[in-house]
Parts: sequence; C-alpha cells; structure tokens
Amino acid sequence: MNRIKNTLAQDKKLLSIYFTAGYPEPGNTVSIIKDLEKSGVDFIEIGLPFSDPLADGPTIQESSGVALKNGMTTKKLFQQLEGIREEVEIPLIIMGYFNPILQFGVEEFCKRCAAVGIDGLIIPDLPVEEYNEKYRDIFEKHGLSNIFLITPQTSEERIRFIDSVSEGFIYMVSTASVTGSTKGFSQETRDYFKRISAMNLRNPQIVGFGISDEETYGQATKFAKGAIIGSAFIKHLNSGGKHDIPGFVKAIRPV
Amino acid sequence: MSYQVDKKGYYGDFGGAYIPEMLYPNVEELRRQYLDIMKEESFQKEFKELLRDYVGRPTPLYYAERFSKKYGTKVYLKREDLCHTGAHKINNTVGQILMAKRLGKNRIIAETGAGQHGVATATVCALMGIECIVYMGEIDIERQAPNVARMKMLGAKVVPAKSGSRTLKDATNEAIRDWINNPLDTHYIIGSVVGPHPYPDMVARLQAVISEEIKVQLKEKENRENPDYVVACVGGGSNAAGAYYHYLDTPEVGIIAVEAAGKGIESGESAATSALGKEGIIHGSKTLLMQSEDGQITEPYSISAGLDYPGVGPMHANLFRSGRGEFISITDEAAMKAGLELAKLEGIIPAIESSHALAIFEDRKFKEEDIVVVNLSGRGDKDLSTYIDYFKL
Repeated sequence: MNRIKNTLAQDKKLLSIYFTAGYPEPGNTVSIIKDLEKSGVDFIEIGLPFSDPLADGPTIQESSGVALKNGMTTKKLFQQLEGIREEVEIPLIIMGYFNPILQFGVEEFCKRCAAVGIDGLIIPDLPVEEYNEKYRDIFEKHGLSNIFLITPQTSEERIRFIDSVSEGFIYMVSTASVTGSTKGFSQETRDYFKRISAMNLRNPQIVGFGISDEETYGQATKFAKGAIIGSAFIKHLNSGGKHDIPGFVKAIRPV
Repeated sequence: MSYQVDKKGYYGDFGGAYIPEMLYPNVEELRRQYLDIMKEESFQKEFKELLRDYVGRPTPLYYAERFSKKYGTKVYLKREDLCHTGAHKINNTVGQILMAKRLGKNRIIAETGAGQHGVATATVCALMGIECIVYMGEIDIERQAPNVARMKMLGAKVVPAKSGSRTLKDATNEAIRDWINNPLDTHYIIGSVVGPHPYPDMVARLQAVISEEIKVQLKEKENRENPDYVVACVGGGSNAAGAYYHYLDTPEVGIIAVEAAGKGIESGESAATSALGKEGIIHGSKTLLMQSEDGQITEPYSISAGLDYPGVGPMHANLFRSGRGEFISITDEAAMKAGLELAKLEGIIPAIESSHALAIFEDRKFKEEDIVVVNLSGRGDKDLSTYIDYFKL
C-alpha cells in the first residue's frame, strides 16, 4: 500500500500499463515487468487470465485465451513473481476476475500476494458492497489496496461511497464500454473527467479504457492523476513477434 | 427457512450480483423497480391477457394414462410444449418486454443457445415493435439453422458470438458486453433463472404461472393442490423454477431436478452441474458451476442444447445443497429413449430437454398412488434432426 501511496504522492502524471500474464509467451511475465519499469512506467497491472472476462473487449479476451492455452494459472503466476521485489520497485497490481481468486481461496490469495510483494488488486466483478461486508478485513490484514471502478453512469452518492471505501486510487472507466475501444474521447467524456476532478475525492483517479496513444493519454491526465493502457499494449506485444517496450512507452509519454 | 430469494438477493449461500461497476446502474435500476412494476395492476392485466390470448395459457395439465400404467404411478404432464413458439420460454419474454417498456427501454438484447429463448425474445419484440439483437454462439448458429431463420423472419438481428467456446456461455458474455456498451437505452432479457440478482427471482416469478396453474388444475382433477412430486429438467433452470415456485416452501411436495449427464458423469462430456460443479461465480451470480481447479469455467456437453450450460440458477444450487431438491442426472441415451417412448405411448414428441425429465421413471420408482407432475417444458419440433440422426428415422 505504501508503494502505491508513495507513487501517487509524486508530483507528476502517472502511466500504468496492463498486460495479461502468460501472453504472448507463458514465461515472459518477469521480463515484461522489468522492461516496463526500465521504460519509466509508474505502475503495472498484471492480468490474471480468465476464461470468461465479461468487461473486456476482443483484444484482452484473446490474450486471456492464449495465456490459458499456454498453461497459465494463478499458482504459476505466483511462482513467476517470487523474488520480483529483489529487482522491481514500482507498484504491482493484480487485475483479475473474482472466480479464480475464489477458487484459490481469498485469504490464501491475499497471503501469497503480500508474500511476493503485490500492492493492490483490481477485481472488476467483486462489487464494493460484497467486498466491504466479506473481504475487506482480509485485504487490509495483508496490506492490499483494493481498487474500485467508477463509470460515467455512477451516481455522485455512489462515487462518494466508493471513495470512502478505497485506499489508493479510483479506477475511472472513461466511457461506457468494454476495454479496447479506440475512438478518442468525446466532449462528453472530457466533461465527465472534469466533473469527477471537481468532486475533490480523497483518492486520486486514474483513467482506464480507451487510452491508446499520446493524445488520449494527454486528455485523460489533464484532469486525472494518471491513465492506464491495456489493449493497445497487448496489441503491441503481438505485433509480429518483435516488441519494443521502451519505444511503446515513449510514444505515449515522450520524455 | 424459505427457499425463496432473500432481501439481499441470495438463496442460502447462492446468488448475489457479482457484476462490474459498468453494469451497476442498469441492474440496480431493475432491482429497485422490478417488484413494484410486477405488482402494478396495469402490468398484471397486460401480462395475463397476453399469456391467455397470445401464448395460449393456461396450458393443459394432462393425465398421461398409458405412460402412468407403464411405470405404475400417476403421471401428469404440464403441457408447456403447447405454448406459442413451442416452450415455456415465452412466459418470461412476455413479462420482460412489458418490464422493458415500463423502464423506458427501446432496444432489447438476449442470449440464446439452441435458439428457443432467442425466438421467444424475437417474437415479443416483433409483437411490440421493438429493436431486437440476439447473441448466439457461432457453433450454435451452425447447429440450429431453423431457429436462426425464425429469428430473422421475426425481424431480429442475430449476432454470432465468436469468443471462447462459441456456445451459450459465450453468447451470454457477449450480451453482457453489449449491455456494458449500451447502458442507457437497452434492456437485457436473460432467458433463464441465472445472472445477477434480481434476474433469477424476476424470471422465476414470471415462470411461476406454471405452478400457479398446476395448483388449480390438480384441484379440479384430483381434489388436491399439491402433487407428491414435481419433476423438471434443469439447465439454467427456468422451467424448473416455474414448476417448483409455489411448492418451494411446501415440504410435502417433493422436488426433483433432472440434469443432463451427457455421455455419463465421469465421461468428461456432461452438463450435470450438481454432480460436477463447485461453488463459484458465473455471469454475475454465485452458484454451482463446472470449472477447473484454477477457476476457469469449463465447457459442458449435452445432446440437448437447452441443458448445455456450465452452471445452474442459484435457486437450484440452494435446493441441491440444502437437500430440499432431489437431483438426478440422465444420459443422452436414456433421454432419447424416453422421448421416443412418450411419442409412442402418448402421441407427444417432447423436446430433448423435457425427455430428460421423462427418463427418470426407468430407475426412480414411485408409489402407485403417488401423483407426479412432470413439466413438459417444450415440444420436439426443433429437435427433429437430432431424433432423425439418433434413431436413423
């Protein structure tokens, strides 16, 4: 939690990159994480693949499918992440759907996360009410921030509630869509960024969904603390077998 | 203890609404309003009129004399196969289209496996003049060409689900993604007692007309409202939920749920969720589902597309865990034989889903004086090519 809070306290706009563990190759989780840190990314979301990723568009769905075919499992991911904290300092967040975590055992999952040095979790299909009632104590005991989503349709009252339960940042979904839309942001979306910014929430906001390039990154971070890129990075990893992670990051956020 | 849903949307340990925040406003709007809307006099009036004049309700409760004689007990068939479009599915879609209108929605989405729910949804959308998009697995589109054609004739757009295993569960994922992308104008008509609360309860209430009628009809025929047993097949479990609904909290009525064993429970090709499933989350609901040790949802198999779902509704998961329901699984082979037998004994060709419920009498013995109501959820027209291939007709 401190790593996330320390990063958020920096006086700059943040860039987070998502990738699916086990994609495109089963064994490159650690090398992707190291390359991303070296390229100046501020934190990383490690996707735990799931057979039925409801909130994801075709790109991340496909990467999950490939990762599962590659034999990626929750156990394997933890094995790969053992020792990661000897080499990587930036915050690491696991993003995954709730069922694999439930099967692993929520308590056991949190314990393993803490042991390998994971700082937070994003579980899109674990609603804030269920978390609050059944799992919050477990997460807190293991020092894990649970990150919640808000959308343009989330009511002000609910945003305030989510803010009160959150420790770290709020994941602000840019538009009503699944991941991987790349149409740019409308005036309406920019107004929504502005509206949330004006709410002066306890937790900073990081924008996700629909960010794919320097322009959308710039628009998102004009009002928010940072932005997350997922599908565009997955596509980059798959572009003809060769990828250039520093080049990808530089194109989003020129130094 | 009640077997109905509780205030938080759970049946015992099962249910709830495990949904991404993007779906929250729509599901919450529905949760807040569904009971009030269903209680409205105008809703009830319109719903009942359509069920009577359009669907053809009440459906008969038919004493199957020759079938009863063969198995030495008294078997009544609740003839949902006689509903317009050929199955009980339309009870739910009529109710939900009226709900959608009252919620001010002008675009309908649905998922379908074999196409029965898709056809029932396309039908009510045509009736109301509302845009209809049906998601269907790419593989199911190939397997169920006549139902795809029916949906098209009814003016619906059929969109292939190309993700995952390209069958019912993936069609459901695609419908949910559509709802995430269209949060304002769209209502999602889920076809079974699955999905996030309030769907399982709402669909059960709309199907509850089945057991409401059984009570009245049995009173007329046997001078008693309660049979000794109600039997229904369970995929997601909507016809079963409707047949059990008014008997859930009447312990003297035995509840029998029949699942598809496919090629056998241990064969690796089965859809018998109660035997093979573990607690988990699918399509926004905590329930029993077939999954790997790592929590990946596995692909079920049954000869009957309507039972080919890796989970069961949370009501049924609770009936199983609590012991209130007796769960029996039936193989493809036994189901097909039972379908053919009903055709020969009673002149009724059942849907293969319903044939599973009929197949239990071979091994599950009842007393001579027992009254057993079997919900005959659908007719076999849609399954003719499967019957032809199987029996080389």
